[in-house]
Amino acid sequence: MKMHIASLVLASAVFGSAPAWADPIADRIALMKENGKIAFGGLGPVVKGEAPFDAAAVNALLAALNVSVMKLDVPAMFPAGSDTGETTASPKIWEDMAGFTAAADKLKADVAAAVAANPQDLDALKVQFGVISKNCGACHETYRIKKG
Amino acid sequence: MIKKLAKAAVFLAFLGGLVFWWVTRLQHLDPVALTAAPVGDSVKGEIVFWQAGCASCHAVPKSEGEERLKLAGGLVLKSPFGDFHAPNISMDQKDGIGSWDFATFANAMQRGVSPDGEHYYPAFPYASYARMTLADVSDLYAFMKTLPAVAGVQPDHDLPFPFNIRRSLGGWKFLFFKPDPVVEIAGGSDQVKRGQYLVEGPGHCGECHTPRNLIGGPKLGQWLAGATNPEGKGIVPNITGGEGGVGKWSEGELASLLKDGITPDFDSVGGSMTAVIANWSHVSDQDRAAVAAYLKAIPEHPNGYPVQAKVQ
Repeated sequence: MKMHIASLVLASAVFGSAPAWADPIADRIALMKENGKIAFGGLGPVVKGEAPFDAAAVNALLAALNVSVMKLDVPAMFPAGSDTGETTASPKIWEDMAGFTAAADKLKADVAAAVAANPQDLDALKVQFGVISKNCGACHETYRIKKG
Repeated sequence: MIKKLAKAAVFLAFLGGLVFWWVTRLQHLDPVALTAAPVGDSVKGEIVFWQAGCASCHAVPKSEGEERLKLAGGLVLKSPFGDFHAPNISMDQKDGIGSWDFATFANAMQRGVSPDGEHYYPAFPYASYARMTLADVSDLYAFMKTLPAVAGVQPDHDLPFPFNIRRSLGGWKFLFFKPDPVVEIAGGSDQVKRGQYLVEGPGHCGECHTPRNLIGGPKLGQWLAGATNPEGKGIVPNITGGEGGVGKWSEGELASLLKDGITPDFDSVGGSMTAVIANWSHVSDQDRAAVAAYLKAIPEHPNGYPVQAKVQ
């Protein structure tokens, strides 16, 4: 058993630091789902007034979102050739990698700014949430397609 | 005998020409009804403007906020028939539609005819707008009169032969221009009826969400069942309750999506739906709820696009 855990740790150490073995499509899908869950599943109901505002919980969610979006490593997650298969990434990503990278950087900057702003009431959260969530639609408008 | 045949051929060609001329002729709205239309209310017209999504194509691409009211055009709408360039419909007297009277505006919106007596391409969704009330068109006209004039002409559409022959669009209209309601919902509530009006009329949802045949006619038997993306790769989703559609969504979730673009599994919609959300976030909660109620009441269809679209 101990052996087993040790080998798992070893494996995750090796594979975790070696993106060459990873599946970039699965990784980016998981990351996007995580972002959506924190932003729209966690913060969304608070912004809509469906869940109470609790400053500590809200800022913990913003911190978690920050950790998540910082994992958005464009070169590793969107390598050349990963535009085919079970992906809804638009070919426009690779046609305009500079624009796509800038959009990812803007998302990271906006989330980091929200963490720094440390919102203490609902109105302050709404401002930050509005800025952050705009990134999602704006990026999907250009860089994502829908599949059946 | 050959002479007789030749005469018959000429006669038939003449007859064919007559039929073509008749079928492809321009058809206008009833001028009496136009004169009787109420004078528009620009405040109500603003809501119609957002429902009808004019800014999606006619605002300068990527503009936000107040900038979306500057209707200089410029969006390139790619299609299997070629590239359409959305024209300037700002109040500019020369480059836009500032000089149009109400009858000209209504005939463009609801019959797809231009002031110069030409057919518009159905990329301009007049086949849907034809289902609007004249009162809504009048309110919209009043609102658009309040919008700024922006100078600048957009390039002509870039379409190969034979799609570049506008007269032939009369044939398209003959086959597919049907201003009647699309679906019949027995015993539909007032809310469902309101939703039907919004979806089938100003909202023109069916223009993208319903599959089309080879000559661009909507397959009404698969109304809102989803379609291959006319603008490129991928699909436009099935928004009926059928397999692959939105059957598991609640009415509240559907209405909420129209406000903020967020799906029940916390995704944020993209593509041209982003602009639709930007429009519909201005519409009332009641109207968004009505659209949701209608989508829940219409016939369910499996996905209207082929399975191959998935692995492209």
